[in-house]
Amino acid sequence: MASKVIHAYYNDDDVLMHAVKKVKGAKHHIEEVYCPFPVHGLDKAMGLAPTRIAITSFLYGCVGLSVAILMMNFIMIEDWPQDIGGKPSFSYLENMPAFVPIMFELTVFFAAHLMVITFYLRSRLWPFKKAENPDVRTTDDHFVMELAIHDNENELKNLLMDTGAVEINVSEK
Amino acid sequence: MYTFSSRLKMASFIMMIVGLLGIGIGFMSAPSTVEEAKAIVASHGDAHAEEASHEMVSGEGEHHAEGHDAAHDEHVLHQLQNKPWSALYVAAFFFFMIALGVLAFYAIQRASQSGWSPLLFRVMEGITSYLVPGGIVVFVILVLSVMHMNHLFVWMDADVVAHDHLLQGKAGYLNPTFFLVRAAVFLGGWILYREYSRKLSLKQDESDDDTNFKLNFRISAAFLVFYLISESMMSWDWIMSVDPHWFSTLFGWYVFASMFVSGITVIAMVTIYLKSKDYLPEVNNSHIHDLAKFMFGISIFWTYLWFSQFMLIWYSNIPEEVTYYVTRIQDYKLPFFGMVVMNFVLPLLLLMNSDFKRVNWFVILTGILILAGHYMDIYNMIMPSTVGDQWSIGIPEIGSVLFFAGLFIFWVFTALTKAPLQPKRNPFIEESRHFHY
Repeated sequence: MASKVIHAYYNDDDVLMHAVKKVKGAKHHIEEVYCPFPVHGLDKAMGLAPTRIAITSFLYGCVGLSVAILMMNFIMIEDWPQDIGGKPSFSYLENMPAFVPIMFELTVFFAAHLMVITFYLRSRLWPFKKAENPDVRTTDDHFVMELAIHDNENELKNLLMDTGAVEINVSEK
Repeated sequence: MYTFSSRLKMASFIMMIVGLLGIGIGFMSAPSTVEEAKAIVASHGDAHAEEASHEMVSGEGEHHAEGHDAAHDEHVLHQLQNKPWSALYVAAFFFFMIALGVLAFYAIQRASQSGWSPLLFRVMEGITSYLVPGGIVVFVILVLSVMHMNHLFVWMDADVVAHDHLLQGKAGYLNPTFFLVRAAVFLGGWILYREYSRKLSLKQDESDDDTNFKLNFRISAAFLVFYLISESMMSWDWIMSVDPHWFSTLFGWYVFASMFVSGITVIAMVTIYLKSKDYLPEVNNSHIHDLAKFMFGISIFWTYLWFSQFMLIWYSNIPEEVTYYVTRIQDYKLPFFGMVVMNFVLPLLLLMNSDFKRVNWFVILTGILILAGHYMDIYNMIMPSTVGDQWSIGIPEIGSVLFFAGLFIFWVFTALTKAPLQPKRNPFIEESRHFHY
């Protein structure tokens, strides 16, 4: 359905935060807010569900730890047993201290990289993607709040002007 | 103003009295002759005695074995005589190091001009007040060691040094006079900074400009330089020198991590206790969250240092270094590895979730675990060298912990009653009140 949306422009993050709270207080659904930089607490004010990326990060860390253990066991113990520090025990457990830095690094590596990739996938970001922001100024010094219009254009306009918007545009989406 | 609740005061007195009894029993039951020591070891019926008898049966020269046994018995006697002293010293140092860790944390907050923490300054100042009694107790124990009342520090024994080439080489640094002079300088410096900073902190509340605050900032930055050097040397003197042949270059950092995380944990626990009694109304769960993040982070930092020290020594396998870990893994397996679980694995898993860091009882529970774990850490640093395989956690150890815990609670909460719990004119107090994460 081709719908009309209203874009309210703000030039200060504090004003934006108050505006978001006021609009939510008036029981309107905010489609999206475009910001030049992350605004602390905006997700809570907009009523977005809490992020689950920390859980994925923990799971990726567990995968990284397992990969490190299996990899070092294969390379250093099974495939080509190595004499570690003059202690040729051929046992993973007894040589474990030597592998701890690798276990740690791969845990961090997997957790960090896969978390970033998950974030890109989840936000539908990939190379050469066309920008979704409605106005180039949101990459500079303006914040844009987007609301869908359901036959209440004037009411929304008045409400948004009250919240300190510096500009209000209505457009088809 | 905070008033010390009579129930808590009563509890602290009971802990001190029970603790004193425990310490007394520990000293009374320590053996004074080789025969008594033998009887104690035999009554435990441990593997050690069996081993010795095996040696006899398998029959090397009878005479040779006898001479060895007599020396061994003498050694066991000294270990058992050391036991109550070691228990006292570990507990005294543990509670002292909590106050010292808080002092470092406080100085960092001052020097970095942090905005979130000024609401907690009075809590930290209350805890650091324990530096005076705690420092005096530790100093007295060190003086008694120098006076040969105990054998915690083997290098203080002139006989031992006379037969030990390595100790003779170290005698320029490790000699009783210089040792006590250093201890006095360290304690004097820490207490001086604590008292002066506290005075400026209280004066700032009454003044009409920020000169006290700025001066406090400057002395805190200067103090941190002094602290870094003195803390490191203190850890060599008071802890590493119980093993005078062994050395580790990151030992100062390692002890620092232990005292830092214990200190932060106690700040969190005292804050939560005061909040539960309706004091500190402006402290919100974001402050608790930040303290819990520090508990989590510094626990991992401690593990990093613990493991760095262990791995390098394990890898290079140089006899004079590796003996430190061989004794710990052979004779102290449970406390040595149990401590890693308590100080790393459990805090890591319990405090990983962001929401749990705001749940007060959860922070208290993890805090108790961390404190017990770091007591074990100090225990593992001192005991293997002073009592060897004769260790146990019994009446003298628990009694010492109870006594110093009681003294700590009494002193800290008495200090908290001396000034309003919320600073009035700290320039960052507004930021701290609105701190929100």
